[in-house]
Amino acid sequence: MTDIEFFKDGKRIDGRTYDQLRPMEAKAGVLKNADGSGYFRFGNTIAIAGVYGPREVHPKHLENPKEAILRCTYSMASFSTTERKRPGPDRRSIEISKVTTEAIKPVLFLEEFPRTSIDVYIEIIQADASTRCAGINAASIALADAGIPMRDLVASASAGKVAGEIVLDIAGKEDTEGEVDLPVAYYPKKNLVTLLQMDGKVSFEEFEKIFDLAVNGAKKVYEVQKKALKDKYKEEVVE
Amino acid sequence: MFHIDKDTMVEILNKGKRVDKRGFYEYRKIEIKKNVIPKAEGSAEVKIGNTNIIVGVKMDIGEPFSDTPDEGVLMTNAEFVPLASSDFEPGPPNPESVELARVVDRAIRESEAIDTKSLCIEAGKKVWLVFVDIYVMNYDGNLIDAASIGAIEALLNARFPKLEKDGDDYKVVYDEKAEPLKLNKKPLCVTFGKIGNHIVVDTNALEETVMDARLTVGTMEGGFCSMQKGGNNGGFTPDEIKEIVKKAQELGDELRKLL
Repeated sequence: MTDIEFFKDGKRIDGRTYDQLRPMEAKAGVLKNADGSGYFRFGNTIAIAGVYGPREVHPKHLENPKEAILRCTYSMASFSTTERKRPGPDRRSIEISKVTTEAIKPVLFLEEFPRTSIDVYIEIIQADASTRCAGINAASIALADAGIPMRDLVASASAGKVAGEIVLDIAGKEDTEGEVDLPVAYYPKKNLVTLLQMDGKVSFEEFEKIFDLAVNGAKKVYEVQKKALKDKYKEEVVE
Repeated sequence: MFHIDKDTMVEILNKGKRVDKRGFYEYRKIEIKKNVIPKAEGSAEVKIGNTNIIVGVKMDIGEPFSDTPDEGVLMTNAEFVPLASSDFEPGPPNPESVELARVVDRAIRESEAIDTKSLCIEAGKKVWLVFVDIYVMNYDGNLIDAASIGAIEALLNARFPKLEKDGDDYKVVYDEKAEPLKLNKKPLCVTFGKIGNHIVVDTNALEETVMDARLTVGTMEGGFCSMQKGGNNGGFTPDEIKEIVKKAQELGDELRKLL
């Protein structure tokens, strides 16, 4: 245990309330070459996503005659962390790529593009907790920006427990004393949770609180994502 | 592999039945054999229905990680060997096997079942490395729960090999077994599948071909230590998730009695 005082007068170490997300920033269309792209920031966590496709599948044998295959690839930049991260895939990023793909797939009309692939590349350029959530948020914006037919956007946020208190969007110094971390991805129109992970010990009551907090956080993210997409097209009209 | 239309499967579930006549919250027959591999420090074979998994625990000594100099290292790996299913191919680990290993690992790690400090031999220099290797021998669904039971059972019967001081260094004598590895908890994964609007536990391979989503809950004696949602075609409503988590505690406690 450290001597840091995490909570004072109902506020957290960075001045947020228990149920407050970090400042968010979202943009659509941040890359030129990609068919669609998105930027999402939670405080110091920054994710950029680029979409290529629908396009021919490589390798060919992965083609699905019924629908497009979705491949999300999560990657952390070598300079994104305090200690340099060795670039390239590791077991953690393989797992996150898998759960990210599964979180997003339910909202896409993949059946409209048989025998193609839709590739989503997510790069975390700065990491300060909730990187998979930021990645999913950026990816969702990027897919919409690419004009891929979607039933909804997927929004993601995490909640957890720090020094005995339940809080939304753990970050910064809190991360070192994080006891529980629970990221969710949420598909608002169908009220479906499409990603849920948890690590750390909890009772049922604690789980329920943390989970509800995370889902509510995702609902706020959803509004920010929608605004980012609207803003892009507003600009285009003005130009 | 057998095939079934999702609609047909949902029709069966709508009648309150499952393809193999089980209840929605009923596991298939579970068989556990301990110490099946005497060469390993600990081992177990688990059968859930036709799913068959062997878990071996091997131990070695090595250097600790620089940020945890007085803690031993737990490493979990899963191999989907091609003899287990016509769908498994030889080659490097695929995302499914990486996920299986990490989900099983997370439950053990987060529950603090193993006191990693007790694996320290000489702080900053030598610690025990504990390898949990999961081999899928026959796939018929629900690999996570089978692997999780196997991993805990193998750790429960694992014994350290003898450690000898060799000048400034240490030597492991595998032929002689020393004290058993201590487990503080018995964390077990309980996995549910969603098919249409139905939630069932312990999905078999046929059910997994049409499953919309999957939720694994890491349960301990009183409480939870990990969760993982999987599956490609959908998700769970918040109410379904809470219902599942509650049920998981009950089923996890039942499973623990088998160990």
